[in-house]
Amino acid sequence: MNLLKLVWIELWNKKSQLVSSLTAIVIGIGVIVGIRTINVFSEKAIAVKLDNLGANILVLPQAASIDDYYTSDIDAPTIPMEYVEKILTSDIKGVDNLSPKLTRRITIGNKKFVLTGIQPKNEIASKPLWQTTGFGKELQVSCAPANTENKSHGLEDEKLKRKVIDSLKYEECLIGAQVTKDLNLKEKEKLKIQDKEFTVAKLLEETGTVDDDRIFVNLKAAQDIFGIENQISAIEIMGCCNAISDGLLSKLRNLLPDTRITTINQIVSTQIETNKMMNKTSIIFLIIILFVGSISIGNYMWANVNERRKEIGILRMIGTFKSEIYKILLIKASILGLIGGILGYCLGTIAAYYMGPVFAQIQVSPIPLFVLWAVLISVSISILGSLLPAYFAAKIEPFSNMQEE
Amino acid sequence: MIKTQNLSKKYNHKDGVVHALKNISLSIEKGSFVTITGASGSGKTTLLLILAGLIRATSGSFSFLEKDLTHLTDSELAYFRRKNVGFIMQSFALIPYLTAIQNVMMPLALNKVNPTKQLATATEVLENIGLGKRINHLPKELSAGQQQRVAIARALVNNPSIIFADEPTGNLDPGLSVEILDYLKDINVKKNITVIMVTHSPVAAEYGNVKIHLCDGQINSIIGKNE
Repeated sequence: MNLLKLVWIELWNKKSQLVSSLTAIVIGIGVIVGIRTINVFSEKAIAVKLDNLGANILVLPQAASIDDYYTSDIDAPTIPMEYVEKILTSDIKGVDNLSPKLTRRITIGNKKFVLTGIQPKNEIASKPLWQTTGFGKELQVSCAPANTENKSHGLEDEKLKRKVIDSLKYEECLIGAQVTKDLNLKEKEKLKIQDKEFTVAKLLEETGTVDDDRIFVNLKAAQDIFGIENQISAIEIMGCCNAISDGLLSKLRNLLPDTRITTINQIVSTQIETNKMMNKTSIIFLIIILFVGSISIGNYMWANVNERRKEIGILRMIGTFKSEIYKILLIKASILGLIGGILGYCLGTIAAYYMGPVFAQIQVSPIPLFVLWAVLISVSISILGSLLPAYFAAKIEPFSNMQEE
Repeated sequence: MIKTQNLSKKYNHKDGVVHALKNISLSIEKGSFVTITGASGSGKTTLLLILAGLIRATSGSFSFLEKDLTHLTDSELAYFRRKNVGFIMQSFALIPYLTAIQNVMMPLALNKVNPTKQLATATEVLENIGLGKRINHLPKELSAGQQQRVAIARALVNNPSIIFADEPTGNLDPGLSVEILDYLKDINVKKNITVIMVTHSPVAAEYGNVKIHLCDGQINSIIGKNE
């Protein structure tokens, strides 16, 4: 026999009370765990989408809009090429790769396409979807820690990662999937754009993006075609997510004050908004459960102490210290919290597993670390709610059992 | 063993101050069987509670084995009780969700006796008192006499110097009362454990070799060794 066993026997003795006192805390913890679990997987889904998107920061002329960037307005403003150099020579951390572009609409035959001048390896590296074509595999661009494959290519060197490599020859072009279909092109064929002739170096696989409607040529060739010397439409930047969080955008804005710098997040904006809402909801629930759970446990403890005044009096009579009575109540609260936390975690995880695909269109699996958080929160709530009842329990006089006869 | 000097106890009541005890001075020797009698409200239970270290006197002093207990803290009094005192109450004072053996093991647990020894000692005491086959029964599964014997076992399990009994036969029929009183007398004589018992019953009072009679919070008479 010891205090822990005494508490356990007492709890087990009143199972129905145990269940009712745990209900509020289990539901509360379950809701928090469920929301947070869905949130974590939703954030992962966003990260994957952003990865697939490639570049995640756009540097545009001040007067240009995002629409200009996508529609390739012929009169869209431009920015100087030297801005690329400015970024490369700055001490801004978290810029994984840069891709300067010049984009304009062109007509071939009687069909309209978009011609984009690029510095190719950057462009390819910032489009992970393209890397599956086997083109430009030697370039690794990622915010993730460099793996052994990267190291074998010497890409763990930060300077190398930033280096802009021009390997698409002046007279070569890359053809988007839709353009290939429209013009029925094959590799090595000749293609006349305006008054210049290009060789099709590669037919790109379908990406499902605006790039399918594009013809890519060397940036210099594009500038010559449109007669825009040393000017570009935009700089696509692949910024590390952590660096973006640490204020990469504002650093870039300080460096290039006469540009418009924005993130490409429209594609995931709905999910981001959902995540924000769920984050807020989980915080609200956390606050509610702190109150409701504490009150629920406190109420149970209060009733328990009153109901067991005689037994506490007996324990005091045979020599139990006040501190030990206090300890008994807090052990009881901790056990309730522990059970509530574990059950709440199970409830929340099961709910998230079934509701994740319904509400957030994502597959969810258990996050074991959340057990610790669930138990920590639950035990804290239980102890918090039990402090006052425990204090009054410890004050019960040792002879109270006699007085009540 | 126990000495009191001008022990007084006052309670604040809505109708005024109640003097439960007035200047009680007495001396109880080790091995005595003391019975305290008196009418309701005479202060006998109050005196027992003060001597057992369960409540404090308003004034005066009392000592146990030459040690002054008057100004001990709550924790020191609790420690005094768990080490030296056994209690037997009219209502048995057993914890209802603990079995007989678990109730008897509680004082040992408070004294940090290891679980194996707790079990062995409690079993032995319960067997000695004739409850060897009832050790895993809850109090509600035992008769009144059996419950009181479990309470006696709990009072004895720590080898106390003194047992305080408050109307120990108050809830028992005459036959069982005699059985319990005989047992108390037996342990008083054989184990030299001092017994201080509050009772209404003249029959129970006769078991004492020191008989204290209280009236209006004062000692009316002391008959016996300390006379």
